[in-house]
Amino acid sequence: MTSRTPERPSAQSTVATPARPAVRPAEAVIIAPGIAVRGHLITRGPIRREGPAKLTGDARYADDLVFPGAWYGATIRSNLARARFLALELDPGFDWSTVVVVTAADIPGEPLMGAVKGLTPDQPVLVPVGGDIQHHSEPLALIAAPDRRTLRAARRAATVRTEPLPPVFDPLDSDKVFVSHDVVAGDLAAGFAAADMVLEGEYRMGHQEQLYIENQAMIAVPTDDGGVTVHGSLQCPYYVHPALMRALAIDARQARVVQAETGGGFGGKEEYPSLLAIHASLLALKCHRPVRMIYERHEDIAATTKRHPAVVRHRTGVLRDGTLVAQEIEVILDGGAYCTLSPVVLGRSTTHAGGPYRCPNVRITSRAVRTNTPPNGAFRGFGAPQVIFPVETHLNRIAEALGISPLEIRRRNVYRLGDVTPTGQVLSSSVAGLEVLERAAEAVDFDAARAVTHRARLTGQGWDAVATSPLRSPVRASASGIGIALAWHGCGFTGSGELRYNSIVTIELDATGQVRVLAANTEMGQGTRTILPMIAAQALGIPSDEVEYAPQDTALVPNSGPTVASRTAAIVGGLLVNAARKLRAEVEARNDGRSFARVYREDAARHGASRASDQFKPFPGQPFDEHAFTGDPYPAWGWAACAARVDVDLDTGEVAVREVVAVDDAGVVIHPILAEGQVEGGTLQAVGYATIEEMKVQDGRYLNDRLSTYLIPTAVDAPRITAIMVEAPFDGVPHGAKGLGEMPMDVGAPAVIAAIHDATGIWIDRLPATPERVLAGLTASAGANESGRPGSGGHDRPGGRP
Amino acid sequence: MTAIRFLVNGAPVELEAPGMRRLLDVLREDLGLTGTKEGCGEGECGACSVILDGDVVDSCLIPACQVDGRIIRTVEGLAALTPDGRILDDLQAAFLATGGAQCGICTPGMLLAARVYLDAGGGPDEDAIREAIAGNLCRCTGYTKIVEAIALAAETGRRPAGA
Amino acid sequence: MPVEPPVETPRDLAEAFRLMALSPRTPIAGGTDLMVRITGEIGSPPDQVLDLSRLEELRGIALEDGRLTLGALTTYAEIRRSGLVARSLPVLAEAAATVGAVQIQNRGTLGGNIANASPAGDTLPLLLALEAVIEVGGARGERSIPADQFWIAYRTTALAPDELVLRVRIPLVEARQVRFRKVGTRRAQAISKVVLALAWEQADRKDRWSHVRLALGSVADRPIRARSTELYLEGSRATLETADGAAETVAAEIRPIDDVRSTADYRRQVTARILHRIIRDAGGW
Repeated sequence: MTSRTPERPSAQSTVATPARPAVRPAEAVIIAPGIAVRGHLITRGPIRREGPAKLTGDARYADDLVFPGAWYGATIRSNLARARFLALELDPGFDWSTVVVVTAADIPGEPLMGAVKGLTPDQPVLVPVGGDIQHHSEPLALIAAPDRRTLRAARRAATVRTEPLPPVFDPLDSDKVFVSHDVVAGDLAAGFAAADMVLEGEYRMGHQEQLYIENQAMIAVPTDDGGVTVHGSLQCPYYVHPALMRALAIDARQARVVQAETGGGFGGKEEYPSLLAIHASLLALKCHRPVRMIYERHEDIAATTKRHPAVVRHRTGVLRDGTLVAQEIEVILDGGAYCTLSPVVLGRSTTHAGGPYRCPNVRITSRAVRTNTPPNGAFRGFGAPQVIFPVETHLNRIAEALGISPLEIRRRNVYRLGDVTPTGQVLSSSVAGLEVLERAAEAVDFDAARAVTHRARLTGQGWDAVATSPLRSPVRASASGIGIALAWHGCGFTGSGELRYNSIVTIELDATGQVRVLAANTEMGQGTRTILPMIAAQALGIPSDEVEYAPQDTALVPNSGPTVASRTAAIVGGLLVNAARKLRAEVEARNDGRSFARVYREDAARHGASRASDQFKPFPGQPFDEHAFTGDPYPAWGWAACAARVDVDLDTGEVAVREVVAVDDAGVVIHPILAEGQVEGGTLQAVGYATIEEMKVQDGRYLNDRLSTYLIPTAVDAPRITAIMVEAPFDGVPHGAKGLGEMPMDVGAPAVIAAIHDATGIWIDRLPATPERVLAGLTASAGANESGRPGSGGHDRPGGRP
Repeated sequence: MTAIRFLVNGAPVELEAPGMRRLLDVLREDLGLTGTKEGCGEGECGACSVILDGDVVDSCLIPACQVDGRIIRTVEGLAALTPDGRILDDLQAAFLATGGAQCGICTPGMLLAARVYLDAGGGPDEDAIREAIAGNLCRCTGYTKIVEAIALAAETGRRPAGA
Repeated sequence: MPVEPPVETPRDLAEAFRLMALSPRTPIAGGTDLMVRITGEIGSPPDQVLDLSRLEELRGIALEDGRLTLGALTTYAEIRRSGLVARSLPVLAEAAATVGAVQIQNRGTLGGNIANASPAGDTLPLLLALEAVIEVGGARGERSIPADQFWIAYRTTALAPDELVLRVRIPLVEARQVRFRKVGTRRAQAISKVVLALAWEQADRKDRWSHVRLALGSVADRPIRARSTELYLEGSRATLETADGAAETVAAEIRPIDDVRSTADYRRQVTARILHRIIRDAGGW
């Protein structure tokens, strides 16, 4: 495989920026202003732009920013899931002149907000007195005080009076549908009629918390023109910007959004920061001072968005050789109390529901419904993990019923070039499903590994040796297994998402001769600040450290769209290549065709600043009909496979994921280390989703709203992860990238669940596979073993039968 | 208020603070050392890790009264100060080389846990490294490149000086 | 949002006793439990705090009269590092290694674990199974409390309001076998779902078990001894029948609950299965 990395990994990754004098200790190499390393760094690709600042403690996250005279803000929240908000009672014993209190009555603009353009605003900025509370921890009022002691006293002196209303918690009981789809391809009845076997199954997944280690944080500073500047931890400056304009009734220039260094997002800082920015701004405008709103962890978990819980039902018809002939799939997403991004998430669930498999007769029905729980929103994978786990697990059950290996059934059905998807998209290029599958299988020697677990079973050392009584330890204390899974992930937004944003990217050569990329795409750990200059530099033919990346400040950079949907490298990167090529052509044309690299500084000195921009234009291919859900939902698809090895403790049901090999096709790899970092991090989030990450909900409240109760994997829980990059370039963008960040999240969980099955013989149809569910499966299968076959674990309803 | 004196990154500090004030708040708010981060406030995430008399501890769980007379090292104290700027230590350089920092919020605490491990003679053994950083949560990296960085620093540290 | 309560830092035990006698104060040692409450976001901060960290009298690990003595301020890290513990009672180091992770082990103290009285306290079942004696004291003098009389109700100890935990004495017994097992959701930084400590005496591997002590954490409102199961195991040999009977006895004996960390069913089943496993391994079948 050939690498198309714009900059070849080199032994010495950086050189001193020429603009800075080389005053430094003789043996040290300067890597950032005032920061040096001894000798040469042996690395691959340029170093992370803000790496030195993050390693020295210099990097400034929102809570590190100092605004003299700033007040502290807090939110008064509901403690019921559904209720009428009768009154906010302020204890007359407290001196309210020392603080400011904001209620819905103080909102100068629109009282309801929507997550993004095009979605109906339905979420109150604050629930008005007399209005309906729709979820636990819903914001009702805001308080700011000059110091924390006063703030705390004020919070205690404010009482919320409510009258309970009947809540709905089960998405299957909800009669409020935010959005629904019905995708039909072929003739389902004919497909089932032709099938040799039909298998049904139901799969469930709960909430997952993004758990960025930096909590939500926003500081609002009132400006002289009656507007406000917010500094915060956020993914999408141009989501926050219009949200401020709407709620505060201010114009585009009065609202300014500046991203602080951001300590992780994973989707959790896609839309929630808009609400937090409005809250901080309302307080700042009322007290005429900067206001800091920095969430504590428990508030962050209790109130902010999670991955949508889902119920997914499959009914699948196959031929004896494993060929899929009919897929009937129903997807139900629990949207929580407000619409937020649910329609967009459901769109992705719907297009991905069938998995990366050819099937002529398909019906996919899907809906996102309202329940009285905090609104669910974006989280890496964005609706795809909730459908990939079901389709992959279902396929494994089919394979087992037919006596075909999980690898072989995937080989037989995975999309090949020229195949047609359920929405009618012809996969005409960049189809790498088989390649990622084979690479993963080869890396773990899948067939040989399966043979080992199979032998263990035959000799009574595998899951057939589980205890015959729920209270008895089995002969062997643990069993090992291996699993494999495959996924596809649509590149960029679903459907016409890009058209809605008309993203613009600008590149400038300023009068001092500095090249700079102007884009709104944020760095939150994934590498935006490093890879966009690399992409620009390659197009300009200059070293990447000669290209600056402008700060993500709405006063400085154009709207290049949100930093979501793995679109930065692919979509924004493509616009950037085009803009850079225009700039290069312009400069070279007025310098007698001499190369940009040689003349650009001189050109700037002579001609002053130059700028070039590029704006999104629709990709070729069929347009996507967002109502009928037909056409090309994505210009290209990325492909991912994952193989996982687990050990299951047969006494306790604890699952240790020992090793994961993740193979991902991102089109091209722009920076090898950053790309692997995406795969490794996404894989561990998927392992957490598969095994221990479980939000426990009681009466619409998250019970485990602390880090001691919502557990994510530590370094000793994490498997050894190997990332293998495959490159099937996308010809719709000039540099071939398709996006990467989400794919590892899609494919990890089904691989782990398949490995648990291989080890124990039980099917887990509900995520996560907690020790409680695994043990329930083991003890149920112990009973079943007496009659010779393993049972189904972890679910109160059996998943159907051949 | 209590008078509290201690050394931070080699420099003496003297301040008046409530004895039960969290060391984390003393560092961040009273001393402006914001490299130390808060992630959970209950000793679960390790983002606020600092080195106290040679041991890695969660600064959110330390009352100021208990640091009187003690020696504290924070992320700001890792790089060597020279007249021409700071020179990263072997561990920071290794994080840069392997890609051990992504969003960076866990990085200061991670570096300090690893620093203590290396200073105690810890080697490149992966399981030992993982145990040494088990009190530091990272949500970005899957720990792969962090473990790699610490192993690299352990190897580098074992090479004779000048090699 | 920290709103700090007042704190005093006595320099010796006499001063600490005097302050405790004046009015009740919440002691702080390593702070791993108490400091979580300081912000007021999780639980309520204490009104008045007594900092024990300077009391040198409460430090140190020693072997005295056939008993391992550990000062209340002994940290888990010190237990793990101690050569004396490694030689005389390695299972204690094994238990200390399951607490939190490095940061917590460096700060958390044995005395703190005892006084905090969490039903999930990691070391407490081991202290019960080893028949440790907890020595406490105050201005009125010192007294010894056997571990099985120390945790008297949910998060309640036998300490008087003016008393402090001073040290723990663990008798060292020849021919004693001890097993410890903690089951949590993850392998570090986890609060237990079940903790089990089992001790018995046996001169030879073929001998019948005597002096059986079985203690459990996270299955009741406090760390408990499982006395019916102890009785069942007393005088038995490690056979499959014994293991089956002990597993059934312990499952019937305990009354765990559903909570945010696990379920009653899981805790009961896992307690039985790991006890069964320990007997299976001891029997070598």
